[in-house]
This record gives sequence, structure tokens and C-alpha cells, in this order.
Amino acid sequence: MPNEYVVEVNDLKKYFPIKSGILQRTTGHVRAVDGVSFRIQKGHTFGLVGESGCGKTTIGRSILRLTDPTSGEVKISGVDIGKLKKKELRPFRPKMQMIFQDPFSSLDPRMPVGEIIGEAVKEHNLVSRSEYKEYILKVMKDCGLRPYYIDRYPHEFSGGQRQRICIARALALNPDFIVCDEPVSALDVSIQAQIINLMKDLQEQRQLTYLFISHDLSVVEHISDVIGVMYLGSMVETGTKDDIFKEPLHPYTKALFSAVPVADPDIKMKRIILEGDIPSPSNPPKGCKFHTRCSQCMAKCKEEVPVPKDMGNGHIVSCHLYD
Amino acid sequence: MADKNQRQELKKIKKYNLKKYREYNKQMRKKRVPESEYLTKMKNPDNIIEFDNLQSYFYTDVGTVKSVDGVTFDIPRGKTIGVVGESGCGKSVTSLSVMRLLQGPQGQIAGGEIRFNQQSTGRALNLAKVSMKEMEKIRGNEISMIFQEPMTTLNPVFTIGDQLCECISLHNPEMSKKAVEERALETLKMVGIVRDGILKNYPHELSGGMRQRVVIAMALACDPQLVIADEPTTALDVTIQAQILDLLRDLKDKINASIMLITHDLGVVAEMADYVVVMYAGRIVEQGTADDIFHHPAHPYTIGLMKSRPMLNQKVDRLYSIPGNVPNPVNLPEYCYFKNRCDSCVEACSGPYPSLVSLSDTHKVSCHLHQGEAAHKKQTGGKQNA
Repeated sequence: MPNEYVVEVNDLKKYFPIKSGILQRTTGHVRAVDGVSFRIQKGHTFGLVGESGCGKTTIGRSILRLTDPTSGEVKISGVDIGKLKKKELRPFRPKMQMIFQDPFSSLDPRMPVGEIIGEAVKEHNLVSRSEYKEYILKVMKDCGLRPYYIDRYPHEFSGGQRQRICIARALALNPDFIVCDEPVSALDVSIQAQIINLMKDLQEQRQLTYLFISHDLSVVEHISDVIGVMYLGSMVETGTKDDIFKEPLHPYTKALFSAVPVADPDIKMKRIILEGDIPSPSNPPKGCKFHTRCSQCMAKCKEEVPVPKDMGNGHIVSCHLYD
Repeated sequence: MADKNQRQELKKIKKYNLKKYREYNKQMRKKRVPESEYLTKMKNPDNIIEFDNLQSYFYTDVGTVKSVDGVTFDIPRGKTIGVVGESGCGKSVTSLSVMRLLQGPQGQIAGGEIRFNQQSTGRALNLAKVSMKEMEKIRGNEISMIFQEPMTTLNPVFTIGDQLCECISLHNPEMSKKAVEERALETLKMVGIVRDGILKNYPHELSGGMRQRVVIAMALACDPQLVIADEPTTALDVTIQAQILDLLRDLKDKINASIMLITHDLGVVAEMADYVVVMYAGRIVEQGTADDIFHHPAHPYTIGLMKSRPMLNQKVDRLYSIPGNVPNPVNLPEYCYFKNRCDSCVEACSGPYPSLVSLSDTHKVSCHLHQGEAAHKKQTGGKQNA
């Protein structure tokens, strides 16, 4: 089925309370994610880009219910996991996994590699005890780890190898869907390419669905099929890779792309430099959130919140310029 | 038996290290170093810094780590030099050697010269040999540094004003407090911060981009001749990175300083640098103008680096990836360090480490693939001259 959506997110919101005073009363909310909706098809990669603090990671964590969303709906393979109780959620856990940003802090330094990869497998009783070791070795082989690494500890590995261990740990549970939270940004350029290639190969072999979170636009362009651009907790533009990169519509997307340095000294791109910084998500600007930094700001932008509009072919943009 | 040998080996290393530490401490304790020891001559008076066979070693318990091993390049006045390489290739250690900030006694400059063209006195100093007292006058004043993480560079318990004024008043003791503050505000204005009461703000009250601007202001406060920027934008977002890069480029023209830009991002280098130095495992594998490196890369490592980076609006199905890892910095092999990861090895690669050969006036590469080419050029060039 071509139109099978593994992940559906509808109007997801996550507010973090700000507490102050002696009584720790809630005085406000940080609107980390403020009404985000998107869908991911099976076997596709959804790239989520945006500046730091725009809520990319919070979305990833809310989808996996590592934090409970404030409101909204997250469906994984058709099941609304937001409503499930903890016990009911458990059988779903192996289906959705996460790869974290920093391979140096996401591995337990006191566990050998085999155990790191196999811990969850044992916990969920995925394979029988007699097949266990063989299974782990197979997963390790798929991820480019040598069999004799099984008894080594994480500190004996380089950054790239550790990230392979993290990927193997996620894959061991045979997931359908993996949230990759900046999996390559802590790695060197030459190692980055190895990991990206590995992730692409695995996706082909196992029909994996990725939510790829990154601030590195060139990496996102390389790996994604559909891209969502976030700004201050809201999705400003979504569309297929070609639509977004060839014809960016939202002024923020345009500025973001023009800011990427190109490895060619002859190309001096016409930069759209954004003035100032990203506003605080606890007190976002009225109207369109981007209007404080937008070069094409109109009077309407300061008052009305733009509504997402479909510009054809699933290219959705939230901007008053296209009313 | 093997165990015993190993223990003996470790003992030997320890003994050797102790000897080195003692030498270093003796050197450091010296209050006065006679001028004759550190005065040198610049090869080219237009250069601001000349690295000549610089060797910076770390004497660790498992052996000597040659972080920088025989690095030679120049920084011309008013130009930007980009130093590229993966982590652990010695780019930061090179910059720390200039500032004499290596963590002693383990980290030491073991050999070579860093010639600095001091404009105020018209002397040429060998920074590897000058006394710490002399160095304190240069550091932050004539050569200053911008570090990677603005949050760890700034002290969280002092205000921006305290930290900025300290740097100015330290190098200009004759200035009054009011003049120092005015100067501080002026430099902040130069980096684009105009805001009331900024001097009374603490670092945590500013955003990442603002903090990096403050760090840049600190580096520029004393009109340096050379600014070393060690991954100045790695911790920042792309949009903020674009702001900071633009700022650095503008400032370079304004104050007529040279910039040594250390980064692993080839895109940033292409935007900023006039000359590029590519380092691998403590040595320079290729150097040349930005045009040489980006349009005619010669070393397989440089070519690999370029290809392994996904580019915007360029479709490739699979990224090229350099196989393997950076070699262990202890006990580096005799042959070319890149041999085990290289896909265009020739017979000569098993031989000694290739020397740096010139492909053109500016372009130099250290690879056996080009040894013959250079020799050929020399021959034909010689004939033409004759």
C-alpha cells in the first residue's frame, strides 16, 4: 500500500510550565511545540529542520511518549499512543526506537556492547534464549560491527563506532519507526558519511521509517523524502524534498537555506541574513511568530496567525504572503 | 613474559616523561630569557606568523603523542588562513602552541619555531622560546583568540563589562576607568551590540549568538594583529553562523588583522579563507589558496573530505565515505598515515612518509601520487630556464 502512514501527528502541543516564587506556582508556559501536524509514509524519511530551541527534539520525544504531550494526537500504525496506559504502551515500545545525538553519553559505560544491544531484546522476549547470541551477532553484523566487539566496553570505541552501537541497539528490536535525533552532528565529516550510508542501507533492507531531526540542512536534504521546517514551535513549511529545496516559499525557509555555507570559493551566495535571535518561546510574538525577523513583514502579519495552506503536491506553507 | 616486557616498556616511558617534565619546569621557572635566545628574523616581512617545522608533543603515560609533527606554513598580513581537518588532527594544538597555552608539563613545544612579526617594536620573536612574561604582553593584545563555546569562554559569575574591561585595562594600564568603559562599549558596538546596560549583564542573560559576539569583542578589544578563531561557529545555528561569519569578514577589513580560522566545516572555509591548510594526524597533507584546494584538490584525503560532505542542491545516491578511522596517535607508522584509508595507493606508499612537494607556487601536497609529477615539473622548468 503506497499510502500507508506509519506516523500521524495531529495538532500536537507540548507546554512546559514555568514555576516561580516560594510556592512554585505556575506563572507561564514555554510553548515548546505549539500545534504541529504531519504524517510519515512507510519507508520514508521525514526530515525536521530548524534552529536550536524550536522544538524539534520535543516533537521526537512526544511521539515516543518519552514526555507526555499536553494535547494533540499521535498515531503510530493507526493506534493513538497518547491514550494508552503505561502497561498497554509496553508492547508498542519495540516498534518505535530512538537514536540519540551524543553517542558518548547515551551508552552505559559499564555495560559491554553485547548487553547494550541485547538488553531490550531480552526484556521484550523477542527471541528464544538459544538463538539470542546469534541474533545479537547478526544485528551487529548488519550495522558493521565486528563479532569480537561483543564483550568490549563503549569507551574502547571511537565516535563513529559508538553511533553504530546506538543504531544496532535500536535495530535489535526490529522497529518500524526510528526517531533519529541529530545522529551525526557529533561526528567528524568523514565518519558522518559512513553513518548516513549505513542508515540509508538499513532503511532499504528493512523498510524503516525515520523521523530525522537535524539542524544540518545538507544532511537533511541528502537523507529525507519529505521535509518539515520548524520555527518557534510551529511548522512553517512542509513539502517533498524537491519542492522545499528548489522552491522554498516561506521567508524563513529561504533565509535558512541561504545561510548554509557552500564549499566553493567562487559561489558567494546572496545571503538573506536574519537580524536578531529567535524570540523566547515562553512569550512568542503576536500574529505570525516570524514577523519580528521577517524581511517581507506586512501589517497583517503582526495581527493574524497565518493558516497552513496547501500549494499543491502536499507543499504546505503558513505565511500571509500566499493568501 | 609479554606482560613483563610491557611493564618494562611503561617504566621506560615514565622515566623519559619525567626527564621531559623536569626540563620543562626548569624552562618555565626561568624569569629572564636573554633576548638572543628568542630573537629571530622573518623569512618574509609581509608575514605575521611563520610556522617553521613546529612540533608539539604530549608526553603521556602510554607514549609520546605527536599532536603536531613538523608543521610549516605562513600567515600573511591581512589574510585569512583556514585550517581544516578532523578532530584530533592537531589543528587546535597548533593554535594553542601560538598562544603558548598548551597544558604543561605534559604538552610541550618540542621543536621548531613560531616566528611572530611584532609590529609595535619591529622585532621578530620566536614564540616557542619567549618567556612567559613576554608572552603575557602578547597574548590577548597582539594575538587573541576566539574559542568554540561562548558559554564556557565567558565566566558566568562576572558581568560582561567586568570581563571586557579587564582585558583592556590589563594591556593598557594607563587608561582611566571611564576611558576603558568607553572603549569596551565601542568594541561592542563594532560587533553589533548596541543595548543599554549591556556591561552590567551576565553571560546567561544573552543568547548564544550574542555571547559569541561578546567573545569576539573581547578578542578585538586591543586591536590584535592576529585573531585565532577556533571553531567560532560550530556551536551556533546556521542563521546565527551566517551573522557571525559576515561580522568576522567585515571586521577583518576594518582592523586590518589576519585571521587563522580553525574549523572542520569546508563550507565555512570556502566562504572565509584566502589560503587553506589541510591537516591529517598532526601533519599538513595539502596547502594552497582556496581556489587550489577547492577546485584542484590533489591529496586523496582532501578529495575524500569534499566528496563525503553532502551538498545542497547536488544529488548523489550514496555519499562517498573514507573507510576506517584516524590512526592511533601513539606509535604512528613510518609510511604515509593515510595509507590504510586511501583508495588510490601506489607501491611507493609503503615507503617513507612522503615529503611536501610543490604543484604550483602556492599549492603544496604531501602524497606519493604527486611526487613524480612535481619532479617532472622541476625538470622541465629547469630546462626552460636553461
